[in-house]
Amino acid sequence: MLYRENGQFKTSYRADAQIFPIAQDRLAIGALLVFAYAIAPFVVSEYAFRAIVIPFLILSLAALGLNILVGYCGQISLGTGAFMAVGAYAAYNFQARIEGMPLIASLLLGGVCATAVGVLFGIPSLRIKGLYLAVATLAAQFFTDWAFLRIKWFTLDSASGAASVAGLQVFGLPIESPVSKYLFCLSFLTVFALLAKNLVRGAIGREWMAMRDMDVAASVIGIRPVYAKLTAFAVSSFIVGVAGALWAFVYLGSWEPAAFSIERSFQLLFMVIIGGLGSIMGSFFGAAFIVVLPIVLDQVLPALGRAVGVTLDTAFVSHVVFMVYGALIVFFLIVEPHGLARLWSTAKEKLRLWPFPH
Amino acid sequence: MKFRNLTLATAALCAATLVPAGAFAQAKEQFVPVLSYRTGPYAPNGVPWANGFVDYLKLTNARGGINGVKISYEECETGYDTGKSVECYERLKGKGASFVQPLSTGATFAITEKAPIDKIPLISIGYGRSESQDGGVFKWNFPIAGTYWVASDAILQAIAKKEGGWDKLKGKKFALVYHDSPFGKEPIPQLQERAKLHGFELQLLPVTAPGVEQKSTWLQVRQSRPDYVVLWGWGVMNSTAIKEAQATGYPREKMYGVWWAGAEPDVKDVADGAKGYNAVTMQHGAEPQSRLVKDVLAMVHDKGQGTGPKEEVGQVLYMRGAMSAMLGLEGVRAAQERFGKGKVMTGEQIRWGLENLNLTQAKLDALGFAGVMRPISTSCMDHMGSAWARIHTWDGKAWKFSSDWLQADEQIIKPLVKAQAEKYAAEKKLTRRTPEDCQS
Repeated sequence: MLYRENGQFKTSYRADAQIFPIAQDRLAIGALLVFAYAIAPFVVSEYAFRAIVIPFLILSLAALGLNILVGYCGQISLGTGAFMAVGAYAAYNFQARIEGMPLIASLLLGGVCATAVGVLFGIPSLRIKGLYLAVATLAAQFFTDWAFLRIKWFTLDSASGAASVAGLQVFGLPIESPVSKYLFCLSFLTVFALLAKNLVRGAIGREWMAMRDMDVAASVIGIRPVYAKLTAFAVSSFIVGVAGALWAFVYLGSWEPAAFSIERSFQLLFMVIIGGLGSIMGSFFGAAFIVVLPIVLDQVLPALGRAVGVTLDTAFVSHVVFMVYGALIVFFLIVEPHGLARLWSTAKEKLRLWPFPH
Repeated sequence: MKFRNLTLATAALCAATLVPAGAFAQAKEQFVPVLSYRTGPYAPNGVPWANGFVDYLKLTNARGGINGVKISYEECETGYDTGKSVECYERLKGKGASFVQPLSTGATFAITEKAPIDKIPLISIGYGRSESQDGGVFKWNFPIAGTYWVASDAILQAIAKKEGGWDKLKGKKFALVYHDSPFGKEPIPQLQERAKLHGFELQLLPVTAPGVEQKSTWLQVRQSRPDYVVLWGWGVMNSTAIKEAQATGYPREKMYGVWWAGAEPDVKDVADGAKGYNAVTMQHGAEPQSRLVKDVLAMVHDKGQGTGPKEEVGQVLYMRGAMSAMLGLEGVRAAQERFGKGKVMTGEQIRWGLENLNLTQAKLDALGFAGVMRPISTSCMDHMGSAWARIHTWDGKAWKFSSDWLQADEQIIKPLVKAQAEKYAAEKKLTRRTPEDCQS
């Protein structure tokens, strides 16, 4: 009843081409942004910020980047962890080696380095496809794992091989309290999400999608595969690299290459698949599912146990979390192979017709 | 709609966790967070440690608490994952954490950056950053009773003694087989220092975590035939290494493990194959005869409140857990002596307590640690308090001490600690604490 577009006429091309053509969507997104920027900092607890919201924001950003590559351009990549690592270590080197380097600049330069590495490892995609490409990007993963563990230069010759940052600040404002960290990550995410959404709606996004759907047909109609594939790798690894730098700087503070291991790559790929391939919204759903669910289960299960008078041992809870989580992934993939984003759009379709479905 | 209900339920659950948690520990209880790992590739070693830690907290409560203040605690499963450890730390610190002991070098590195902001002492008994011994730079870190450098120095001393003096090490070949992580890399500067001093050769052989695949490493050992192998492993890596050594025919008597590689779970699968394998212990070994174990059995296990299997009480890592808990709680006790007996202490007060810890022999005897460890006293500048270690050897059935007490050489460790701590301070733009700050 509330959610329908009757009476909303579009009288110009501009109006027709906006991101959210339906007025209710615009309102909802506006309200969400107001909530995220103005209200959430006051109502959300410190723990939730540090343990749930900040990792959620950063991993959504990484999933968003990966979604451009896998969801929009159809190039399966298992090297996401590697590109995150490149972003993190490059940003760290810029920050530590250059006196007075602004934080935002080093994060973005980290992204630039990740872009270079991403394009380099994207070159094989011109020849190999599908699962074979996944294996080729896996090489990026192993290479960076090796490089950041063994080449001491990257970690400023620290004896233990761990990198750490402290005293982060932007324009003189310290990024130390959970709220400031949250707002910092949120701003990055907002800007990049807007950027990504516009990219995939534009000419270049269409090229990526044409490439994904059928590369031969796409090249026949005049799309250059080299350009389309490598730009997808570039944009994707830039975003992923910035996310990696944020993960290291803002969330961990001190890290080792294990923070960007192959498991991180798989985790991000799962986010994209569960959230919905080829959907910006899906990246957020996927990240929420994978980041939040285990933590929620981890806390709800012992509470449930206490409610019925059983003390659950942490190992037991941890095993149950794994099982429930796995079962839910299978469940969602069976009932909705196109991801949570498709569930969302089906719900919206239904709402438009409600209460008189035909 | 099935899905809608499901979505609503999930949303409600999420909302429940997002709302500020009001569940603070009760006013009269000292809350201790327990970061443990009972799952994952490191669980065989993590479980006995956690059992010992929790049993000691229970024992303290059974003995009447700390001057009447009872201990409350909550366990959080980390799986030896740095990210999850940080999440656990954030979750439990909201409940009024007294101190935190992550039992993971990676997590210690991450929490080192957070602890000063949250004002929670970070205790790492025998692990973590070796340079954090320097209290002048690392105000909130407490690697009490030994660091990795102490461990590696003790190993070299034991070997030198066996060979008949430091000068006999000249021209010898040592191989360090290590877990490729900050944990495994910690001893390298100390070993290199000694190698330069005494003219032995040091070969570095990294093993990718978790360390189930070591064929190529041991092939290298076979080729280069080092005189001694120093094993810096944890969890499944240790038993794999010993099995590989057996397969390559490398004598186990010439292998020396760090304390993370010197407990029952590491050798019991290989039993006879590990005979002769040595490991350094930071003071204690397996202590089934100690009074502490008897007390735990009588006051905790016999009441049906024991945490793990009864027969594992007193094993090496169990003792490690109990000793870790004890050192933390003694910090609380020391703080109470200054800030008011029978009161719940804050993180800052406990930090003072840990810095002014003075565990005399009499105190240790009263706690049941007689013979298990030596007296320890910390100070503002020295957060370690004691640099003693021993070597124990697996005889096929049990760990037996095979050396006297060894003290790490201050001449070697001190300059290293100072240099590394200065480097850390310079990177973080920290200034050394002033003598006045030590009084606070």
